[in-house]
Amino acid sequence: MPEILVLVDHTDGAVHKPTLELLTLARRLGEPSAVFLGPGADSATEVLGRYGAHKVYVVDAPEVGEHLVTPAVDALTQLAGRTGAAALLLPSGPDGKETAARVALRLGSGLITDAVDVVPGPDGPVTEQSVFAATYQVTAHVTRGVPVITVKPNATAPEPAPVTPLVEKQDVAFGPASAAVRVLARTPRERGDRPELTEADIVVSGGRGVNGDFTVIERVADALGAAVGASRAAVDSGWYPHRHQVGQTGAQVSPQLYLAAGISGAIQHRAGMQTSKTIVVVNKDADAPLFELADHGVVGDLFEVLPQLVEEIRRRRS
Amino acid sequence: MKIVVCVKHVPDAAADRTFTEDGSTDRASVDSLLSELDEYAIEQALRIAEADGADTEISYLTVGPDDARDALRKALAMGGDSAIHVSDEGIEGSDAFGTSLVLARAIERHGFDLVLCGMASTDGAMGVVPAMLAERLGVPAVTHVEGLTVDDGTVSGRREGDGATVSVQGTLPAVVSVTDRSGDARYPSFKGIMAAKRKPVETLDLADLGVDPAQVGRSGARSAVDTTARRPPRTKGEIVVDDGAGGAGLAAFLTARKFI
Ligand SMILES: Cc1cc2nc3c(=O)[nH]c(=O)nc-3n(C[C@H](O)[C@H](O)[C@H](O)COP(=O)(O)OP(=O)(O)OC[C@H]3O[C@@H](n4cnc5c(N)ncnc54)[C@H](O)[C@@H]3O)c2cc1C
Repeated sequence: MPEILVLVDHTDGAVHKPTLELLTLARRLGEPSAVFLGPGADSATEVLGRYGAHKVYVVDAPEVGEHLVTPAVDALTQLAGRTGAAALLLPSGPDGKETAARVALRLGSGLITDAVDVVPGPDGPVTEQSVFAATYQVTAHVTRGVPVITVKPNATAPEPAPVTPLVEKQDVAFGPASAAVRVLARTPRERGDRPELTEADIVVSGGRGVNGDFTVIERVADALGAAVGASRAAVDSGWYPHRHQVGQTGAQVSPQLYLAAGISGAIQHRAGMQTSKTIVVVNKDADAPLFELADHGVVGDLFEVLPQLVEEIRRRRS
Repeated sequence: MKIVVCVKHVPDAAADRTFTEDGSTDRASVDSLLSELDEYAIEQALRIAEADGADTEISYLTVGPDDARDALRKALAMGGDSAIHVSDEGIEGSDAFGTSLVLARAIERHGFDLVLCGMASTDGAMGVVPAMLAERLGVPAVTHVEGLTVDDGTVSGRREGDGATVSVQGTLPAVVSVTDRSGDARYPSFKGIMAAKRKPVETLDLADLGVDPAQVGRSGARSAVDTTARRPPRTKGEIVVDDGAGGAGLAAFLTARKFI
């Protein structure tokens, strides 16, 4: 079985869900090996094995925390050479994509970013991507070298396939510091009580129509166990933090349910939510373009509709 | 200081974008413009030059067909000194590897202290060209940042990475990409538009840059598109006008779909 390298996305050893999705996809292509950078591997090994990682390569050197992206590039390039891996899978965030791009350059390999599915094919892995604000689906494959692929969160449901992984410490020769970027301070993203935006099954988003106070959105989100999203207009107004922005320059989400209130539906917003399975829209303007995507729409004042929705959810549950 | 801003001429995102038969972006059927996300990079270059005085020189660089010049004119109308247009039939169909190779050779030929890019193009949107440029040029990549400062031979910014917000710093020369939160871009003034007409635009081809045509264009591409398909349009569901029971109706819909 060919070896497939999966870069682990974690916070001090707490493995994030997209990594489990990557391991699940990697099993379609061969035998997954997890590449774990930084401290905390001990607490990650069990879950990595549970999702099918036969090996865990651990690179725990100070450079990993001190510099941006390039330590991961050095590590993955050298491990790809040592293991003769058949493909590399990375998460599709800014860090994952830049790492993948530079690894591909060094390996002389092809690169595919933002895959929403990966399956084996006659000439190596075949990927699926959503492009042009998710109006098109494209399938593609790498034609040169070891395929390097970044995969978006929610591409597949993580499925356990327990094994006991072999843990191997690996030494890596890091490139010159002069070409590296120093990390002066790092504030890990707070994982609050609500699900992560890109990983959530349900996202409830508010836009300019919310007019300042997002409590009305948070109440719906909490009633449904959802993550909170926001349009750029709401974020730019300072009503909600940027990490909740959905769209072209925010998060691209693909939940089971996307509920948008007070959002008009600009192309840049659609680019981040168009692939959601079910879309619900609340807007007081019947001509708001987002209604075109809605499976269910309510033309009305969100300050009337949403509180009633929360009440009704409570009533139905009790 | 010598600043090179990389800009891209892209199909208008508000238009109906499609593919040609061979799976590349159809550029003929819709209007194109300067990628909006590159305007943020131009704005940062202009602000650095304003703070730095007369010592800073700003050049724009684009790779693309003839009409890509329009993107350079728009950039020059916002400010800056000169532009470089790399145009060659052999470049058509290049992926990020080919594009970054041509950009890197043109940047080396021109000389640079700082290369500025947008966070991604608004069409391909991979967001990897700045990182590839840094890799090819062998310099730090201060990417995806807002709050950009250039000071004493270093460049710093704040980056929202995959799991954390980080403050980062690299030494010049460097490649920097800025997000749409780095500061609103200015509109070209009438005076700027007139002045842009007199600013020099140099045109180069692959031979000028010593780039092997086999490394770029379709022959240099490292991946192939197998299929492209328009997503089936979403069937518009039921739209109800709230008559006082819209929230309850919505709850009924969500219950039927098993979300409640
Ligand atoms: C390069 C670029 C990148 C961008 N990236 C993004 C991005 O990532 N994400 C993003 O979202 N946008 C992005 N935008 C901005 C985008 O173009 C729109 O400006 C933005 O999405 C609008 O947000 P909105 O729908 O909340 O506001 P508006 O367009 O102002 O819409 C507000 C809506 O609220 C409705 N409303 C008002 N009051 C109520 C009420 N009481 N009850 C119900 N409905 C009400 C109105 O009818 C209206 O439809 C980007 C733009 C550019 C140029």
